[in-house]
Amino acid sequence: MLAYAFKRLLHVIPVAFGVSIVCFLLLHIAPGDPLAAILPADATAELQAQMRALYGLDRPLVIQYLLWLLRALHGDLGLSIATGRPVTREILGAMVNSFILAGVATLIGFSLGSLLGFLAGLYRGSWIDRLASSIAMLGVSVPHYWLGIVLVIIFSVELNWLPATGGGTDGSGGRALDWSYLRFLVLPALTMSVIPMGIIARTIRSLVAEVLAQDFVQALAAKGLMPRQILRHVIRNAAPTAISVMGLQLGYLLGGSILIETVFSWPGTGFLLNNAIFTRDLPMLQGTILILALFFVIMNVLVDIVQSAIDPRIQRN
Amino acid sequence: MSLDLGGPAQPLLTVQGLVKHFPVKGSGLMRRRVVRAVDGIDFKVKKGETLGVVGESGCGKSTTARLIMKLLDPDSGTVLFDGQKLGHELELSAYRRQVQMVFQDSYASLNPRLTIEESIAFAPRIHGVTARAATERAHALLNRVGLDPGRFAGRYPHELSGGQRQRVNIARALALEPRLVILDEAVSALDKSVEAQVLNLLLDLKDEFGLTYIFISHDLNVVRFLCDRVMVMYLGKAAEIGDTEAIYERPGHPYSKALLASMPKANPAERMDEPPLAGDPPNPIDPPSGCRFHPRCALAEPVCSQSEPPLLQLGGDHEAACLANMSGSGHSLAPSRAP
Amino acid sequence: MALTLTREKAQPAIVLRSPGYWQGVLARLSRDRIAMIALIVVALLILMAILAPYLAPDDPTRGSLARRLKPLGTPGHVLGTDELGRDMLSRLIWGARLSLVMGVVPVPVAFVLGSAIGIIAGYAGGLTNSIIMRTVDVFYAFPSVLLAVALSGTLGSGLTNALVSLTVVFIPQIARVAESVTTQVHRLDYVEAARASGAGSLAIVRVHILGNVLAPIFVFSTSLISVSMILAAGLSFLGLGVRPPDAEWGLMLNTLRTAIYINPTIAALPGVMIFITSIAFNLFSDGLRNAMDVKT
Repeated sequence: MLAYAFKRLLHVIPVAFGVSIVCFLLLHIAPGDPLAAILPADATAELQAQMRALYGLDRPLVIQYLLWLLRALHGDLGLSIATGRPVTREILGAMVNSFILAGVATLIGFSLGSLLGFLAGLYRGSWIDRLASSIAMLGVSVPHYWLGIVLVIIFSVELNWLPATGGGTDGSGGRALDWSYLRFLVLPALTMSVIPMGIIARTIRSLVAEVLAQDFVQALAAKGLMPRQILRHVIRNAAPTAISVMGLQLGYLLGGSILIETVFSWPGTGFLLNNAIFTRDLPMLQGTILILALFFVIMNVLVDIVQSAIDPRIQRN
Repeated sequence: MSLDLGGPAQPLLTVQGLVKHFPVKGSGLMRRRVVRAVDGIDFKVKKGETLGVVGESGCGKSTTARLIMKLLDPDSGTVLFDGQKLGHELELSAYRRQVQMVFQDSYASLNPRLTIEESIAFAPRIHGVTARAATERAHALLNRVGLDPGRFAGRYPHELSGGQRQRVNIARALALEPRLVILDEAVSALDKSVEAQVLNLLLDLKDEFGLTYIFISHDLNVVRFLCDRVMVMYLGKAAEIGDTEAIYERPGHPYSKALLASMPKANPAERMDEPPLAGDPPNPIDPPSGCRFHPRCALAEPVCSQSEPPLLQLGGDHEAACLANMSGSGHSLAPSRAP
Repeated sequence: MALTLTREKAQPAIVLRSPGYWQGVLARLSRDRIAMIALIVVALLILMAILAPYLAPDDPTRGSLARRLKPLGTPGHVLGTDELGRDMLSRLIWGARLSLVMGVVPVPVAFVLGSAIGIIAGYAGGLTNSIIMRTVDVFYAFPSVLLAVALSGTLGSGLTNALVSLTVVFIPQIARVAESVTTQVHRLDYVEAARASGAGSLAIVRVHILGNVLAPIFVFSTSLISVSMILAAGLSFLGLGVRPPDAEWGLMLNTLRTAIYINPTIAALPGVMIFITSIAFNLFSDGLRNAMDVKT
């Protein structure tokens, strides 16, 4: 088990390096002079020369990358052009908000999706099965940013129950579990939860169907021992897969939160990205993408390790 | 049809010192471990004969076939075809026209997206035969292996039975008019009644086209029926080689004896209570020292774990690798030195 | 040299022909009612895009401040008008052009490139495989939305940049599928038999590999069109796709966001189009998967 975890971690190092290279190269595929991309337009000649030396822009690309990597490993991802503040600090603040949103969305999606999938698997061919597969289908087909707008129209504009945008830090620093804070979270989290819900429902449905088709379950059913034991078997068999799907979805949601955060002006990493794109704040863009991608990579490994800890038969190379 | 070069006395195939080791994946970081699938074998196949290759699964039979077919590159060793050294005097493409193979899994060895005639015509097309001529040849071959081209040429493999598919595979192997055909467990997956029909077909085709067969099988009854000579393999090495009758009547190696003893007998009186071969063959990653068979051998003595027996002539073509036959080997059963 | 062996019969007067794989797929697909409806919807959308100049009642770019955000059913503007007073119906019809181009084009391009990369990696094996697949893994390590935003965000907005970004997003996904099926097929006996008969790599790939790996890769790729539609419109929604005043559904959704308090129905309309397109492609892809009998 530990050996497997170690091996997976070793596998991840080259991927993480690759990811950092791609992120580094982003600055260089941007049209125009990379120096112009990392400096505000009104930078003095002095500052320009200083930055050129710091980033090694007159040296070979490999050296530039190594310099950048070295600084990145020390937590220095440069300064935001728009705000002038260190990119790392801005990201960490936003990361908390994104994590809350993605986490809550995953939980909602997981709970509803499991319930739906479980019922669908148990009563295959019934109306609930058809409903579940329709919801799963719609969940993967719906443009979720549009769904967000529709929810805003219904619950904010028409019913005026919930705020349309905003949320996250309210300035006072407190993030208490009270309604004044939570109400901002409801719509974006619900919108986001649609994405994993369908996928989880599909996964659970097929797992349940698989368990039900096994001989020992058929035997139990023949003995008249139905739901309780079967439920236990299903949970034991489905847990590793369900957890891995959930972990991966959390990673996806965090990495892909830009659209929903933009719709709801949720002050997370996606919102940060959106602002960075608009102001052409490339250090900010680069830094955010690097952090989010690395998080996704690590999430993948964690999922594998946790999964194999629960069920040692599952080991991927 | 390729020309006979060396005359009837020249062996069609001569294999010398063939070795193939496979690296083991996921082994320790320090030691590079290998599976010694084929670990130095020599043999000849005479023109027009059928050489049987027998042994338990994992003994290197199929690897040997793939090495001869050049589907795998050997670590060392040479193959001479009709006296010509492969890769030197004989080009690979010319060799491939003369040596073909029939696999065990009749379904996996046919492309499911091609019709039967397309599968058979593929090889001739590769070698420059026109489409029309290749199709004609495919139909003729189908006819020859007992499948009506009108009914079968346009079908797909999944629409045929196992026996029919194996007939197609035989036709496919014959499409290049080869001289040597390697039959790798070619009838093992078939029902007994179908197997007999296919075996008879193989015998007919051999006569008609002047073929030479290497017949790989674990079924000793079939081997006795079909083969002129037999090679017994154990853990990547040849344990015994010789005329079929000689081996079946007077096996020179304890392993061959045990194998023959484990053959299903029709006569209950001949059946035994104890299995002659207990357990599985040892792991080919770490083969036993000395004679590889000694941990399972009834005649094993201390000397057997120390020195490795070479193939030794027992008379005529009959050779076996056992210290008990080797004078001066130190084995108590070894014959005293020749006077 | 094409290896479609001639269908001319040699000796037998009549050779019975079984229906080929693709005939079977078509037959099964045509019996799948949902897939057929989805296909009709897709065809109608494409037709709408092609015939936009004839179908649209109005110029999609001509607006008038006097008639901004008119509701549904306004005389002369059945679907109302947008925030600049342009006819919504005309913009939705014209929007099909750019939306479909942005959403659909990256997938076939990525299908060709990704299949080529994956098949080469799967067929070559060994070091070539490792180098290619480790590179693919790096791109696969990005969530697709993030990679698309990262690329088009750096390259800047515009149709070409968005198309390039989306294509790059899908290539690694398709390449992974292509590599894994090719590796599987490559190990089968009929490929060995073909090698043993002296066929070169090109002939083996063309006759024996392609015919057996393209179906699963194709099915997987069609399932990406729906994702691509959503992503492409998403990029425009973020201002990274086409630029105003071009009509494109994602961009329309963005510019109409200000109108949700005044005329919410109008603001939601472009999303309905994206939704319909995405569902149609998804349902068709599901039907195709069943018809092709591809296991995932």
